[in-house]
Amino acid sequence: MTPILTNRPRKVDVATVELRFSALPAHVRTARLVAAAVARRSGVDEAVLDEVRLAVGEACSRAVHLHRRYCPDRPVTVTLVDDPDVFRVVVADEAPADDGTDEIGLSDLTDLSSGAGDLDDVVPPGVGLAVIAGLVDDVAVEQGGPGGGQGMTVRMSWPTKT
Amino acid sequence: MDLSLSTRTEGDRTIVEVGGEIDVYTAPRLREQLVDLVADGKYHLVVDMERVDFLDSTGLGVLVGGLKRVRAHDGSLRLVCTQERILKIFRITGLTKVFPIHSSVDEAVSATE
Repeated sequence: MTPILTNRPRKVDVATVELRFSALPAHVRTARLVAAAVARRSGVDEAVLDEVRLAVGEACSRAVHLHRRYCPDRPVTVTLVDDPDVFRVVVADEAPADDGTDEIGLSDLTDLSSGAGDLDDVVPPGVGLAVIAGLVDDVAVEQGGPGGGQGMTVRMSWPTKT
Repeated sequence: MDLSLSTRTEGDRTIVEVGGEIDVYTAPRLREQLVDLVADGKYHLVVDMERVDFLDSTGLGVLVGGLKRVRAHDGSLRLVCTQERILKIFRITGLTKVFPIHSSVDEAVSATE
């Protein structure tokens, strides 16, 4: 496991709720709804639930995009953990980690000089990660999918009321 | 909540009222709507987002694509949005500098280039 954004000890994830869904865009909404419901029950502040919804949606959209391109038969895994004082979300994909599209960031989204239609079929996954980074204080993106196989893992957490 | 779309015309402006959730699943329908309008010669668009419950980066990409399309015809794409949770994602991505964002449809329609 090579941490990309931050370096911190890897925790063992004992899931409160685990979702495994086939890589279809329609299921991303389901993942958002479930994550928000578990976050609320875990004691995440109501004012932050929109943030949880958006961040989980971005992480899942990114994973679905990569799975559809590289491994459409494999499921995306979302682990929701209600730890003491913290609600943790782990979104893991099984796509090749050297895809390179994560390098594409916000400047590509706001650059209007490229031709019409260049970006609007699918927004590069890097934009989703940039949104997450701008939204969530505690986020780490690591190489390695579920069980340490190929893929990437996005870890996010939010404080809960004590 | 699924995506809802409706359009109407005010002068030379076409108002696209969007409701519900714009995400990786529903964004293609919004893109199709914008592409159709431009193909139909509607180059001055106002996208009313006051009834949008959720917007992600896929939706932003579609709006940026729409803006590029109308600009290719010297047109405009203005947004109407006062919801803080929606505005937040425009700020995070720097798109507040790219889109004119108005607080009402009337304001967007009467805005000059």
